[in-house]
Amino acid sequence: MTSVSLSDLSGLSGLSATMAEAPAVAPAAADGMFSLLWLVVAIPAVSAAILLLAGRRADAWGHLLGSAAPIASFLLGLTLFVQLLGRPADDRAVSQHLYTWISTGRFEVQAGLLFDQLSALFVLLITGVGGLIHVYSVGYMAHDERRRRFFGYLNLFVAAMLLLVLGSDYLVLFLGWEGVGLASYLLIGFWQYKPSAAVAAKKAFVVNRVGDLGLALAIMLMFTTFGTTSFVGVSEAAASASAGTLTALGLLMLLGACGKSAQVPLQSWLLDAMEGPTPVSALIHAATMVTAGVYLVVRSSFIYELTPTAQTAVVVVGLVTLLWGAVIGCAKDDIKKALAGSTMSQIGYMMLAAGLGPVGYTFAIFHLLTHGFFKANLFLGAGSVMHAMNDDVDMRRYGALAPLMPVTFATFAMGYLAIIGFPGFSGFWSKDAIIETAYGENVLVGTGALLGAGITAFYMTRVMLMTFLGRRRWAAGADPHESPGVMTVPLMLLAALSVVGGVLLLGGWVVEWLAPVVGEQEEHQLGVPIWVVTLGTLVVVAAGAALAFLLYGRRPVVATAPAKVSPVTRAARADLYGDAVNEAAFMRPGQYLTRSLVFVDNRGVDGTVNGLSALIGGSSGRLRRLQTGFVRSYALAMLGGALFIVLTLLAMTVA
Amino acid sequence: MSVTPFLVLSALLFTIGAVGVLVRRNAIVVFMCVELMFNAANLALVTFARQHGNLDGQIAAFFVMVVAAAEVVVGLAIIVTIFRTRRSASVDDASLLKY
Repeated sequence: MTSVSLSDLSGLSGLSATMAEAPAVAPAAADGMFSLLWLVVAIPAVSAAILLLAGRRADAWGHLLGSAAPIASFLLGLTLFVQLLGRPADDRAVSQHLYTWISTGRFEVQAGLLFDQLSALFVLLITGVGGLIHVYSVGYMAHDERRRRFFGYLNLFVAAMLLLVLGSDYLVLFLGWEGVGLASYLLIGFWQYKPSAAVAAKKAFVVNRVGDLGLALAIMLMFTTFGTTSFVGVSEAAASASAGTLTALGLLMLLGACGKSAQVPLQSWLLDAMEGPTPVSALIHAATMVTAGVYLVVRSSFIYELTPTAQTAVVVVGLVTLLWGAVIGCAKDDIKKALAGSTMSQIGYMMLAAGLGPVGYTFAIFHLLTHGFFKANLFLGAGSVMHAMNDDVDMRRYGALAPLMPVTFATFAMGYLAIIGFPGFSGFWSKDAIIETAYGENVLVGTGALLGAGITAFYMTRVMLMTFLGRRRWAAGADPHESPGVMTVPLMLLAALSVVGGVLLLGGWVVEWLAPVVGEQEEHQLGVPIWVVTLGTLVVVAAGAALAFLLYGRRPVVATAPAKVSPVTRAARADLYGDAVNEAAFMRPGQYLTRSLVFVDNRGVDGTVNGLSALIGGSSGRLRRLQTGFVRSYALAMLGGALFIVLTLLAMTVA
Repeated sequence: MSVTPFLVLSALLFTIGAVGVLVRRNAIVVFMCVELMFNAANLALVTFARQHGNLDGQIAAFFVMVVAAAEVVVGLAIIVTIFRTRRSASVDDASLLKY
C-alpha cells in the first residue's frame, strides 16, 4: 500500500484527467433472432397485464404464469446472448427500431431497443435472478390471498426494469425508470393495510421523485444541447458540448442515480422499503431498481468520461454511501434492515467504481452481477428464516437455527462468504477488483473502500452468528422448520451462483466483453504489487469477522437490544439520522413554508379582497340611507344642486 | 321700460314656489307650487324676450306651458290614485320607494 501524502489527497479532484474517451454507441440493425428482442420486454409486460386485468379468474394459475414470464424472457435473453457471443467483438451492439414515439418539429424520439454487451448482462441478471425470485415467491406468498396481484406487480417490475436497460433512448429509459418507481411503490406497499408499509411505499415514491427530477432535467438539457435524446445521438455529440453542460448533465444524472440506487443523500427510502414482502426486497436489491442508478452512470460513460468533476462527485457519493450503509448495517437487529444497509453499502462500491473511469465501469458491473447473486441469495435466505419464525424479523429472537434449517443455513453461508469476499467466492473477485482500482486512483478512496470491506465482514458475521448460531432466543410459539422445495431450490441455485460468480472474470472475460461499451481500460498504476492489496483486504476482512465473533459469538447475545449503547450505535440505529436530517432540512421548513403561505393567503390575499368588499359594502350601506323616500328631501337636493350649478356659473362669469 | 321689476317678481314667485315645494306636505299644494315655479320661469322668459326684442323666449314659454299642461294631467292622475289607495294626499306618506 502506498502511503497517504498530500498530493494523494489533492488528487481526488483530478481523478480522471488522463482518461480515454468512451466509445460512441454505434449499434447494428437487428436481424434474425434479434428481431425478437422486443419480446424480452413484452412477455413480462403482457403477463402483468393479464394478471392484473383478469381478476379472480386468474387466481388459480396466476402465480404459474407470473413465474413463467420472466423465465421465458430469460431463455430468450440467453439465446440472444449466445447469438451476441457469436458475433465479432466490435459488432455486438444491436438495436431494434420499434416505432416513432414522438415526432414534433425538431424533437423526434424513436421507441427502440438497444441490446449490447452491457444490456445483455443486465437482461440475464434481471430475468435470471428475477425468475428465481418469482419461483421462490410461489412458496413464500402461498398463504397470501392476493398472490396473483403480487405476481402481476412483480412482472410489471421486471418488464419496467427490462425496458430501462434495453431502451435505446434516454426517454425510453426514463419510461422504464418511472415504471420501476411505480412497481416498487406498489410492491413496497403491497401489505397496504399496514400503515407502516403504506408510509414506506409513499416515502420510496417521493424520495425517488427527487431523483427522477434530476434525470428528467438531464434529459431536457440533452435535448436543448444536442437536439436528440438517443444514446447514439448523445454519445456522438457529447464531445462537442461545453464542459459546463457536461458537468451539469453528469451531476443531474447522478442525482437520478442517487434516488434509484439509494445513495446518500437520497438513501432514506431503502431501509423503510423493507416493509414490503421479502421477495420484493430481494428483487429491489438484487436484480432491479437499485441497480438502475449504476446502469445509468455506466451507460452514460460517454458523458462522464468528459467531465472529471461529475466523476469525482460519483466517487464521493459512492464512498460516503458505502461507509454509511455499512455502519447502519452494523447496528440493526432487524435482519432485513441489516441486509438493506449492506445493499446500500455494496451499491456504494459500484458507484465508487463507476466513478473511476473505464476500468471502474467494468468492475462496477461485475460487482453488480455478483452482488445480484449473493444479495438475492441472502434476502431469500432471510425470507426463509422469517417464514420459519412466524415473520419475526428481530435477529435477537433467532439463534441456533442452523441445525433446523440446514439448506437455508448452507445457502445463506454461501451468500455470506461471497459478500464478505472470502477468497474464491464471487464477492472476493469483484470487491477486490474495486478496491484495487480505487487504490490505483487515489489512496484515500482505496482506504475507504478497504475499511468498508472490514465493516461488511463485521456486520455480516454478526447477522450470521445471531441468526443461525449461538443460543436459542426464540419468541414463544416459534416452531422453526425448513422451507418447502419451491423456496429452497432457488436458494440453492443462487448460492451456486454466489460461489462461482467469479468465473466471469476468468481470463479477464468480463473486462474484454464490456470494453466496447465503456472503453479500453488503461493499466492502473499501483505502487505495490496487486497481491499486497488483496492480502491487505483479506486481513481487514478477517479482522472485521473476528471482531464480530468476539462480540456476538463468544459472548451470549441478549434477547432484547441493550439500551445503553455508544452514541455511534445509537446513531446507526437511527439510520445515521438520515430521516432526522431530511425532516429538519426539508420537511419542517416545508411545513413552515406552507403554513406561512396559507397564513399569507388567508390574511394577506383573502384579507385584502375581503376587506375591500367589506369597505365597499359598508360604505354603500351608509350611502343607501340617503334614499329616504321623502319626495321633499329629493326636491331639496335638486334645489341645492341647481343652486350650486347656477352659482358656479355665475362665479365663473363674474370672475 | 326697465325689466328689473319683472325679474324681481319672477324671482319672488320662484322662491315662494320652491319654498312651498320644500315645506308643504299636501301633494296638491306642492303641485301648485311647482306650477308657480313654472310660471315664474315663464315670466322671466318673456321678460328677456321683450328685452332682446326677439321671440325666442316667448316660444320657450309656450313650450313650458304645453309641457306643464301635459305634466298636470299625469301628475293629478297620480295624486288622485295615491289618494284613493291611501286616503291621504301627504307626500311624506308616499315614501315606499326607498332603501
